[in-house]
Amino acid sequence: MKCEELLAMLNEYVDGTVDPALCKEFEQHMAGCNPCQVVVDNVRKTITLYKAGRPYELPAPFRERLHETLRKRWRETRGGAANRQ
Amino acid sequence: MEPSDSELVRRAQAGELDAFEVLAARYERRVYSLALRILRQEQDAEDVTQQTFLSAVENLDGFRGQASFATWLFRIATHAALKVIRKRKGLKTVSLEAATEGTDPGSSIPHPEFIADWRQSPEQLVQSREIQRLLDGALARLDEKHRLVFLLRDVEGLSVKETAEALGLTEANTKVRLLRARLQLREQLTRALGDPDTRLTRDHDHVH
Ligand SMILES: [Zn+2]
Repeated sequence: MKCEELLAMLNEYVDGTVDPALCKEFEQHMAGCNPCQVVVDNVRKTITLYKAGRPYELPAPFRERLHETLRKRWRETRGGAANRQ
Repeated sequence: MEPSDSELVRRAQAGELDAFEVLAARYERRVYSLALRILRQEQDAEDVTQQTFLSAVENLDGFRGQASFATWLFRIATHAALKVIRKRKGLKTVSLEAATEGTDPGSSIPHPEFIADWRQSPEQLVQSREIQRLLDGALARLDEKHRLVFLLRDVEGLSVKETAEALGLTEANTKVRLLRARLQLREQLTRALGDPDTRLTRDHDHVH
């Protein structure tokens, strides 16, 4: 396996969906190729970091407006269902 | 214990507004952040967030739990965001695919250039205040088509198949974009976070 071939399979390897036979080749290449090993490690950490990132807070006035709008639309479109309970 | 999403969905479908509001409160930040990271404009992100939850109110009975409730919401939000993108580009009649397609010059994979170990672990980095700015900055520098795929797949955790469906792309195309996005973000983050002392070059490609 060449470095380019390894890169082409990177998604499957990182996501754990790579074919087991290819996985062995992939790992053999990494064992003998420090740059590829570090690239794979960097990519894993990149994904981990983005996954761990915190979402933005809604601006408070918008949040209030949003919930008000939702309640209003709920009563208009689904009020009947609630009343039947 | 917090009620599960599916429990809340069931109660909302039965007419309980409170249950729906708990769901909205649970996901509004992620929907808003997704929209903001796609569109990079607060007003547009607010509009998309509102449309998403209004659409959820109206289509709640159509939700059958094939995907998770979160995935369902992200799909609605993505469609709404793509509409904004289309409008911005003045493309009213083209498909979603074309709206995010752009030109794809060649299909070669970007070559990693700055290869080095990171100075800190993701667990340490995530504690830092500056890191979010770095992450968002790197994301903002990606092409829209790469950013969208990365956001849905890696930030929001949709599968490749779900990401492809949400964006109206083929799975093959989605995978190619995801690989490019990951490699480009790796490059940018490693330039900022990598330890230059451990930098490696690939000039002497090994022969196996
Ligand atoms: Zn290699």
